[in-house]
Amino acid sequence: MSNKIKDAAIPTIPMGARISRWFGRNLIRIYAIIAFTYLFIPVAYTFAFSFNDSGKSNLVWKGFTWGNWQNPCGAPEVCTALGNSIKIGFLATLFSTILGTMIAFAIGRYSFKGRSTSNLLIFLPMATPEIVLGASLLSLFLVFKINPGFWPTVIAHVMFCISFVVVTVKARIASLDPRLEQAAMDLYANERETFRRVTLPLVAPGIAGAALLAFSLSFDDFIITNFNSGTVSTFPKFIYTSAARGIPAQANVIGSSMFFLALAIVIAGQILGRKRKVSA
Amino acid sequence: MRKIRTPYLLLLPGFGFLLTFFILPIINLAQTSTQTPVGGGDTGQYEQTLRFQNYIDAFVENKEQFGRSFLYAIIATILALAIAYPLAYAIAIKGGKLKNFMLVLVVAPFFTSFLLRTVAWKQILGEEGFVVPTLRSLGIISQSTTLTSTSFAVVMGMTYNFLPFMTLPLYASIDRIDPRTLEASGDLYANGFTTFRKVTLPLSMPGVVAGTLLTFIPAAGDYVNAAILGNPNTKMIGNVIESRYFKIVDYPTAAALSFTLMAVILILVTVYVRKAGTEELV
Repeated sequence: MSNKIKDAAIPTIPMGARISRWFGRNLIRIYAIIAFTYLFIPVAYTFAFSFNDSGKSNLVWKGFTWGNWQNPCGAPEVCTALGNSIKIGFLATLFSTILGTMIAFAIGRYSFKGRSTSNLLIFLPMATPEIVLGASLLSLFLVFKINPGFWPTVIAHVMFCISFVVVTVKARIASLDPRLEQAAMDLYANERETFRRVTLPLVAPGIAGAALLAFSLSFDDFIITNFNSGTVSTFPKFIYTSAARGIPAQANVIGSSMFFLALAIVIAGQILGRKRKVSA
Repeated sequence: MRKIRTPYLLLLPGFGFLLTFFILPIINLAQTSTQTPVGGGDTGQYEQTLRFQNYIDAFVENKEQFGRSFLYAIIATILALAIAYPLAYAIAIKGGKLKNFMLVLVVAPFFTSFLLRTVAWKQILGEEGFVVPTLRSLGIISQSTTLTSTSFAVVMGMTYNFLPFMTLPLYASIDRIDPRTLEASGDLYANGFTTFRKVTLPLSMPGVVAGTLLTFIPAAGDYVNAAILGNPNTKMIGNVIESRYFKIVDYPTAAALSFTLMAVILILVTVYVRKAGTEELV
């Protein structure tokens, strides 16, 4: 209210004071723009240098080319690493989403003995530094004479993704309106039908979000992967090992593509969610 | 009868997995940490001798890196909080229709690989980037000053990389604040600053606690930023653990270091949560 009175008084205020007032009022917006710029500087840099006609090491700008985008597998090893990352990410997402969703339903839907211990067991992996998770799992594999490689990496990723899936799905279950399920029961649906036709579809967006989160965590993981993958290369590992001698521009192409792909999925999801809300 | 069993059946596969691949490895790590090399054995062969002296040796030998890890992590956490709080506030309070879009923007940099972004910082801040020459020609830094391979670069990289972990919980807790409480504070003649200090900040404390933990824990165990943006004098405890495992094959020391790191983090976190928790009540 008091703002309106001030607004009405603006014309009589001298220019300098008006400018400083405008800054005062928009300071937080200006700050947000600066903060977002900061967040996006390396992303923009990565994207720009994906067009660099750089040869082997992508350190200095040498000229514009479409070549890297036309031939993203042009650099040795980069697509093998990417392929491994996608395979590991897919398997880790599949298993962690199934196991995590089951746990989320148990904790979110039932009260039982040991519930708080269960919550602790879910919280602990998230509170443990990655290097401890990676190192301890590696020493277990070494004790059982299992060589680090593809499957040990999948196991490691499932292990650290489960907690995040549980937390995400649990939040969705907690936000459900219990009356919807009661209504289904009132309409003579049995327990299984209620679950399949009411509960599961309602929780599905949460499960989808959890799966997306699990995939991006797995795809981007370096520390735990580095301990358990042995000679198997993944995309982050490829970047780490080639950082010293210069990263090929193709890696920038892949990084940028992942960025736009993920952004498209998130925005599509939001639009879908909004449409649902409108139609409901 | 079935109903009582259902939650346990649902938990069984997932918890079986976590017990085998999370709890068991931690127990095994504890066992490894007190082993000593087999006399006359190959490198990498160890036997259990319950040598707790390993912990003292490992700590004394690496106390510098320990100190650095926690110092860097604390500075990075404070910086991230300082940068993220106004941003989260802007999104939650002034975001309006753009709220969801801005949230997507906070998470979006995540989708370009964490390592690619760190390497990008290395090149932006490097000798061939545009920042160093500009600052030099403006006289802000001297001709011989470099930005990469410094502790500044490591802390900056950590601050940057963990910023979304800080922003999201802060946003969630600020967004939950009922705007009427802020109006009420204004009606009771509190100015903007007092309203922030007495209303907004205390109500957003759960977000501050969650955000600082989500930033501090991975930062303290990180070694990627130190490896890419630092120099041999900015090594953190993560770098030591990694090289003990892969280069020196000294599993007991690596295990003792990992365990100490975990213990120190748990103690700090517990003390911090207690303290932040009581302050919230005041």
